[in-house]
This record gives sequence, C-alpha cells and structure tokens, in this order.
Amino acid sequence: MTEQTQYDSTEERLRQSLLRGRDGDAVAYHDFLKALTVHLRAYFRRRLSAWPDEVEDLVQEALLAIHNQRQTYDAGQPLTAWVHAIAKYKLVDLLRRRAGKERLTDPLDAVPDNAAELFSTADAEAAEARRDLHKLLAQLPDRQRLPIVRTKLEGLSVAEAAMATGMSESAIKVGVHRGLKALAALIRGDK
Amino acid sequence: MKTDELVLLLVTGVEPVERHPVGRRHALAVGIGLLGACALMLILLGLRPDLADAARLPMFWVKLAFVAALAWASLLAAMRLSRPGMGLGWVPAALVAPALAIWVLAAFVLAQAAPVEQPGLIFGATWTSCPWLIALLSVPVFVAVFWAMRGLAPTQLPLSGAAAGLLAGSLGALVYCLHCPELAAPFLGTWYLLGILIPALAGGLLGPRLLRW
Repeated sequence: MTEQTQYDSTEERLRQSLLRGRDGDAVAYHDFLKALTVHLRAYFRRRLSAWPDEVEDLVQEALLAIHNQRQTYDAGQPLTAWVHAIAKYKLVDLLRRRAGKERLTDPLDAVPDNAAELFSTADAEAAEARRDLHKLLAQLPDRQRLPIVRTKLEGLSVAEAAMATGMSESAIKVGVHRGLKALAALIRGDK
Repeated sequence: MKTDELVLLLVTGVEPVERHPVGRRHALAVGIGLLGACALMLILLGLRPDLADAARLPMFWVKLAFVAALAWASLLAAMRLSRPGMGLGWVPAALVAPALAIWVLAAFVLAQAAPVEQPGLIFGATWTSCPWLIALLSVPVFVAVFWAMRGLAPTQLPLSGAAAGLLAGSLGALVYCLHCPELAAPFLGTWYLLGILIPALAGGLLGPRLLRW
C-alpha cells in the first residue's frame, strides 16, 4: 500500500466510525476515539518535544474537545481537516497558556505542519497524564457530576441514572453534556 | 485518569447528537437578534414617515439588496468558521461583491452629477449619525451571534469574531434602512459601509477573548 492509499483508507475508516458514533453507535465511536488517540499522541509528541510531560494531558484535552464538538463535523468535509484544526487549536492554546510562565519558541515553526501528517503517524505508547481528571470531575456541581458518574463511570442507562439520583431523564442528559463542557473549561483554567 | 479510561468514559452511554447544530444556532441567533434590532429601531428612532413612498423607488430596493447581500455572505462566513477546518472557500468573494457593486454605482452617480451636487450625494443630511446608529442597531445581533458561536467550535478566533460582527453590522444596517432617509449610492458606499465595519472591527478584537473554548 502506498502512503496515499494508506492515508485515504484511515480517513474513510475513521470517518465512518465517527458518523456511526454520532448516531449513538458506542462500538463504532470507541473504535474512532481509540484510533484517534494514537494519531493525536504522535502529532503532539512531535510538537511538544521540549515538554514531553505535557503530551498526554494535551491528548486528553483534545479528545474531550473532539467529543464535546463532534456535532460540528460536516459529513461533507475531510475528517483530517476537522481533527487537525481542533488539535492545532488546542496545541496553540496550550502554548499560549504556557507563554506567561516561560519564554518559548513556537514549535509550530520548528515542525512543518500539515493536516495529512495527522493520520499517517501513530504512537500507542501512553505516558502518565499529570492532570487527574477524577479530581477535576469532583469539582463539578452535583447536577453535572452525578449524571457523569452514574451514566459514564458506573455505566447506568439514562433511565437508571434518573432513578438512582432522583433527577429527571432530561436533567441527566443535560447534566452529562454541560458537565463535560465544564470539565473542558476546568482544564483550560477558566474557573 | 488514564487516557484509555477517559475514552471509555466518553464512549459509555453515548447519545445521538443533534442534527444541524450550526444552522440551527445561527438561525435562532439571527431571528432573535433581528427582533431586538427592530425593537431598538422602533423605540429609539422610529420608521421613516414616508416609508410607503420610498418603497416605490428602485433605489430603496437596491439599498436593501446591498445590505442583505452583505448579511447573507457574512452569515455563510460565520457558519463556516464555526466548524473546525472548514475553509472560507468562495465566501470572501461574496463579501466583497456587494461593496464593489455599490462603489461602481456610486462612481457612476457622481460622474453624472454636477460638481455642486456631489458633496450632497456623499454626505447626505445624516452622515454624522448614520454609522453610529447602524453600530447601535447591530448590538442585539452581535450578542446573539456570539452566543451561537460560543456553543460551536471556531478555531480562528479573530476572523470568526469579525465575521460575527460583520453579520451583526449588516443586519443592523438592514433594520436601519427602515428609518434612514438616505438613498444616494455614494452615501451608502461610505457611511453604511463604515457603520457595518464598526461592529466587524469590534468582533475581530473581542473574538479571541469571547470565543475561546
């Protein structure tokens, strides 16, 4: 297989998984996020060579961003372009946050940046994340934390979670949605 | 939390996403913003008294078409910029075209007019207030479109803010047409455009702060 066909098949496979995942197919969505994780890790590791400790945190931040914004992907656009724009946005955002702490040269200039590279490199070696999402999760208000804990960590259905918490089913869904966005805001350090 | 655990957390119990969030949020923002702009115009300025007569003049409709074309192109820009990795495509050309058209018309009108009439065609009677009133009427759409974009994923923040401001400015100008007595193309190509560019500039400056996600 040439590099181009390899790239095209990755693009098409991931695109199908995301589209099925958006319709609520958890198995396809799991494949999508697992495959994306290794591509994101390779992409960030190459650009954060000066701060290897940041790589896994940024992978997690990008995964959360991609999940929270998955409805903004237009089925007619290349998936690579969409993922690359988010990955680059989160990378630049991280560098900007760090810019206050120390002088840095922009690694985006040091490493040539193109969207096609994203799906042609992979890195399955997960480092330890420095930021503990469990701790951030604990900071969320109950109306967001409980729905996430019940449906996403304990694996209850929305109806079961509603029974267990005494919240309505729509409050559970809204709580999960807003809670994951609030988690992303905590990571950014907005609050 | 390990990355595998995070992936599992995101995947578990995943619900289908809403359809057409970009179009829906922008349509809602434009609708509510326009209502707000109309209310502001009626309360603060009032309709022009001779609106029914003005509506018989072709130039009244040329003026509406000019600002409506700008609004349409900036809505497309704002929607495309709300999706990561979606380029602007041919939208910049659609944004420039109405301005070019009104300038060509303005040049033609000025060339036809006697020298003594030319300042009147450019300055009209209201040039000191026109840009500021358009900027004022753009505020409701400005707030609403920024709300819409904040729930989506713009990655080019100054550009996205400017597109949101341009949309607010051109819709503000559209509503202002119902009050404004001016119809000369040189006036529109100068003061209307300036009024529309004030919120666009404000949006470009505020984008990085307000649209971060």
